[in-house]
Amino acid sequence: MGSDMHDSTSGGPSGGGGGAPRGAGAGPPPEHRSATTLRVNGKPHTLLVDHRRVLLDVLREDLDLTGSKKGCDHGQCGACTVLVDGRRMNSCLLLAVSLDGSEITTIEGLAGDGEELHPLQRAFLDRDAFQCGYCTPGQICSAAGAMSEAAAGHPSHVTDPALPSGRPVPLDRAEIRERLSGNLCRCGAYPRIVEAVRDAAGQDAAGRTEGVIR
Amino acid sequence: MAPTGTSPGTSLGTPAERREGRLKVTGAARYAAEHPLPGRAHARPVPAAIARGRVTAVDASAALAVPGVLAVLTHDNAPRLADPEDATLAVLQDPHVPHRGWFVALVVAETLEAARAGAAAVRVEYAEEAHDVTLTADHPEAYEPEDANAGQPGVREHGHPASAFDSAEVRVDVAYEVPPLHNHPMEPHTSTAHWDRERDRLTVHTSSQGGTTVRDTLAALFGLPEDRITVVADHVGGGFGSKGTPRPDVVLATMASRHTGRPVTVALPRRFMPAVVGHRAPTLHRVRMGATADGRLTSLTHEVATYTSRVKEFVEQAAVPARVMYAAPHSRTAHRVVPLDVPTPSWMRAPGEAPGMYVLESAVDELATELGMDPVELRIRNEPDREPDTGKPFSSRHLVECLREGARRFGWARRDPRPGSRAEGPLLIGTGVAAATYPVQVAASTAEARALPDGSFVVRINATDIGTGARTVLAQVAADSLGVSLERVRTEVGSSDLPSAPLAGGSSGTASWGWAVHEACVRLAARLADHAGPPPGTGLSARADTAGQADAESSYARHAFGAHFAEAAVDTVTGEVRVRRMLGVFAAGRILNARTARSQFIGGMIMGLGMALTEGSTMDAAFGDFAESDLASYHVPVNADVPEIEAHWIEEADTHLNPMGSKGIGEIGIVGSAAAVGNAVHHATGVRFRRPPLTPDKVLSGLAG
Amino acid sequence: MRSFGYVRATSVEEAARAFAARPGARYLGGGTNLVDLMKLGVERPDVLVDVSRLPLDRVEELPDGSLRVGATVRNSDLAAHPLVRDRYPALSQALLAGASGQLRNAATTGGNLLQRTRCPYFQDLSKPCNKREPGTGCGAREGVHRDHAVLGWSEQCIATHPSDMAVALAALDARVELYGDEGGREVPAAEFHRLPGDHPERDTVIRPGELITGVVLPTATGRVPSAYRKARDRASYAFALASVAAVLRVSDGAVAQAGLAFGGLAHRPWRAARAEEALVGGPATAQAFERAVDAELAAARPLRDNAYKVPLARALAVDVLTRLARAGAA
Repeated sequence: MGSDMHDSTSGGPSGGGGGAPRGAGAGPPPEHRSATTLRVNGKPHTLLVDHRRVLLDVLREDLDLTGSKKGCDHGQCGACTVLVDGRRMNSCLLLAVSLDGSEITTIEGLAGDGEELHPLQRAFLDRDAFQCGYCTPGQICSAAGAMSEAAAGHPSHVTDPALPSGRPVPLDRAEIRERLSGNLCRCGAYPRIVEAVRDAAGQDAAGRTEGVIR
Repeated sequence: MAPTGTSPGTSLGTPAERREGRLKVTGAARYAAEHPLPGRAHARPVPAAIARGRVTAVDASAALAVPGVLAVLTHDNAPRLADPEDATLAVLQDPHVPHRGWFVALVVAETLEAARAGAAAVRVEYAEEAHDVTLTADHPEAYEPEDANAGQPGVREHGHPASAFDSAEVRVDVAYEVPPLHNHPMEPHTSTAHWDRERDRLTVHTSSQGGTTVRDTLAALFGLPEDRITVVADHVGGGFGSKGTPRPDVVLATMASRHTGRPVTVALPRRFMPAVVGHRAPTLHRVRMGATADGRLTSLTHEVATYTSRVKEFVEQAAVPARVMYAAPHSRTAHRVVPLDVPTPSWMRAPGEAPGMYVLESAVDELATELGMDPVELRIRNEPDREPDTGKPFSSRHLVECLREGARRFGWARRDPRPGSRAEGPLLIGTGVAAATYPVQVAASTAEARALPDGSFVVRINATDIGTGARTVLAQVAADSLGVSLERVRTEVGSSDLPSAPLAGGSSGTASWGWAVHEACVRLAARLADHAGPPPGTGLSARADTAGQADAESSYARHAFGAHFAEAAVDTVTGEVRVRRMLGVFAAGRILNARTARSQFIGGMIMGLGMALTEGSTMDAAFGDFAESDLASYHVPVNADVPEIEAHWIEEADTHLNPMGSKGIGEIGIVGSAAAVGNAVHHATGVRFRRPPLTPDKVLSGLAG
Repeated sequence: MRSFGYVRATSVEEAARAFAARPGARYLGGGTNLVDLMKLGVERPDVLVDVSRLPLDRVEELPDGSLRVGATVRNSDLAAHPLVRDRYPALSQALLAGASGQLRNAATTGGNLLQRTRCPYFQDLSKPCNKREPGTGCGAREGVHRDHAVLGWSEQCIATHPSDMAVALAALDARVELYGDEGGREVPAAEFHRLPGDHPERDTVIRPGELITGVVLPTATGRVPSAYRKARDRASYAFALASVAAVLRVSDGAVAQAGLAFGGLAHRPWRAARAEEALVGGPATAQAFERAVDAELAAARPLRDNAYKVPLARALAVDVLTRLARAGAA
């Protein structure tokens, strides 16, 4: 199936080469590693993962997909947000071995192939919805997930309880703020992020983009 | 979107799009830990578990037995460093533990997991000594520092502030307390060092606000010539002062690379940051204001007590804005500092001004209440015609215009001034105002401009883009100086191999770098004018060095000013305070990029909102560290905390600044915004809260009386 | 973090067997708290038994009209489930008041119940903590404890339980389904978590190796008005300083049925039995609510820096009860 197999337990591409000496003691014992297949941005990867390795570190260390950021490593900032089987999650808290067979979409794969940006990426640019950029991939992936959740009728803390179950939730500013509160931005781009998501959600409603969730 | 300066010579001021924007929204922008290097190892520091004492033994055997661990560095075996100018960088040099969280070992390993496991396996024994981490205003070790941060005199006094206060018709005498605050940029302090032994070259990717200083510091510490070191800070995930100078991560990464011969990344775990990257020290304030019955200040005293560590002296200059803001014939502004066994404080966005103006502008609001006067009017009435402390004329000062314009846009005139006059069910609604100020700072810089045969231009300067849009605005400066369209100019920043430049800090970056870029471009334009035909193969270039020019003493007092307006809702059931809208108007010289400037103003205002409502940490007296060490407990505002925010500005033409006519904009947004929120809460509730952040525990207690 | 083994279980029985076979085993659900604590070194499993793919991911209505929630149902799915939103709104609201969208997508029903305290001393291996390491002392008792317990704490431990969901389950009379080597059993949600006493290392009554297989929401509280409200330091993505879940049925101006539980006040979701007793049969008025809540909170013993929690909890409870009464009357 064309997947590449490599050993993530001793460093991956950034730590693997270079001819550095690497004895048998470089990784954990065999019973503490497992072959794990992840489909990342449409491409299958089979890796022998150290059970301790979280998805975020697989992406950054093994697959050189460094768009997913490590802001806290404890699920407290959202910079590592990716889509797992279409749903946004903190990749820093997901043990890679437990995701065997999952489909992962990162910021690098959000737009699919080609030069065209995802509508959220375009909107973030247009609205100047970032400064340092470190939280940005997580914000965008989170927004993609949030848009799918709202479309699927998932309520939020600020959703009117009277809204009938299962009906898509319109993403007004209050909804966007609440739903993106799992993504910290220390530069304070929040108001512009809200506008960017509104722009993209508006496009979504017009049918110009496809939902990410299945 | 908006046009981006396509016609020659008109790009400054336009909302040009960030040049690195596409890289950032696609995840392609690489930060300090993200440069693939063959054989790269990871290192994790081990923090001290005592507040004061020394390391008596380190047993690394269990750590070295962890599969994948390459080395354990301690003060016994770490490379020796020359004495650093900044003592916080003297890591692993001796067994001394000056505060909890100080690094006592470093574990280098093949993988992140092995480094973590190795660090957990290091056994450290200590001889513990009694510690003192508790700041009090009357601490026996408190002293008056000669200088506070930024070279500001520790104490200034004019006239007879005490007797003038005593004889004033209206008096306010209030104490405020600002807790420790943490920068917490989203990218933790991170460095990847590669010491190539064969070529004796050191290459470092680091998350820093100023790569030139990092290079110079590493050269001094490791005894390596500067030309053998390259420091790259291409994309930097925020800093807010905490990356202004090198932090231990870059020293540790360099040590580890030198020791192992491998490229090594040190990315500080978030929880370690409060102890080692600097923080805003807590400040205890006492403000006394005497005024005439018609609201003219006769006496103004702002006294501040703060702490520093025993590693080095850093004095948060919180009394300094009172030297700038209001006309008062008698005044005293003074700092006292106590050295304690605490982590070393340092710069956090608007050091001095942020806490100082929070308190001063809250106290002015208290005076307005005391006088029964509108707080906007009170400020206008005390507008000085020269800088109160120095008597220098202002190069430009449009505070009054900011207040008036802000009041107009905010709808201030409709406000019922009576506290507690507006309620919506269980919510009390109030509005508040506060002024802002931040000094104009500028440093000498070098830059190079080159004209290429294809008609394009390259500007080269070791500026750092920490999210300000430096790449973009420097291209705008260059395009206008050259009289060409913006598209023809490329900027290269973020490497110490480029012409050296000062840090992105003190809101001075654009002024300092822009000045040098402007000079280089003016010279290049002159060369081009002398040159017939297109530039030769390698192009034509010109360099500039603004030493002696940019850093010359000015005969003017140069500051940016601003006014904040805020509306807050206080829930009387839960004590929760939520801001509904904020509006800032700034006078900061010429705004060079409307798009990125607005983002910076708003960002600063949000950090001020955090200071008012959610942010603050607690020094744990028994253990000597901050109880709130992670992002779950230290509450940076989230999106839901942030309401409608508007930032506006008044165009100022000021010829005493720099060739662009700009003042810094990175910090003034945070200055005063917390006070505006606090004043709104007072207006809503009639209760004056003097110890931010205004969390439900405090608000409920206050409302209960 | 030490390296560890990993087993993915495909059935409840297999999971229990795999757990029993290895001392030092831990069940892995969504991992949002366990992996966090493993990184901190607080949890040090030898093997993880992954139960996240067990066929326990359904919310189903049982013949008696009660609702059975599988242990691996994600928090976000549970909060969005039409039957939960319609019949047990307090549960949906509690879930949505907790954590973030990302965390709710990963966290499971069972894992949420088993999450551990956010006490900073518990999380820091360099400090004493009787919960993490019995006998070492409590750093919080005289330390930084604004967020800690006012009810039911012991000299050993003043930690609070951080779950929002569990507070709603307690008020809703939910039952926790467990499976262990002695087969299955049920425990009332309100009794699932313990008070610290002399054994703060034990958060719950779960027996070694027992697995949460589901939660049952009874018919008795289904379709009865209920609500959840929490107070927190920021507008979202923060743990409760105090919270309340209430179930209230009013008939002819009198309280016919009441369930009340507090979060953020104790080592476990605090089921306010005394208040409920005072409420039932009494008038559905703010004054009656205040009296009932005061009866419950009379037992509070605030610490040096958290006395605010008592009036906060009181105000939250009275507010929520009053709103429910008003909605019920409308």
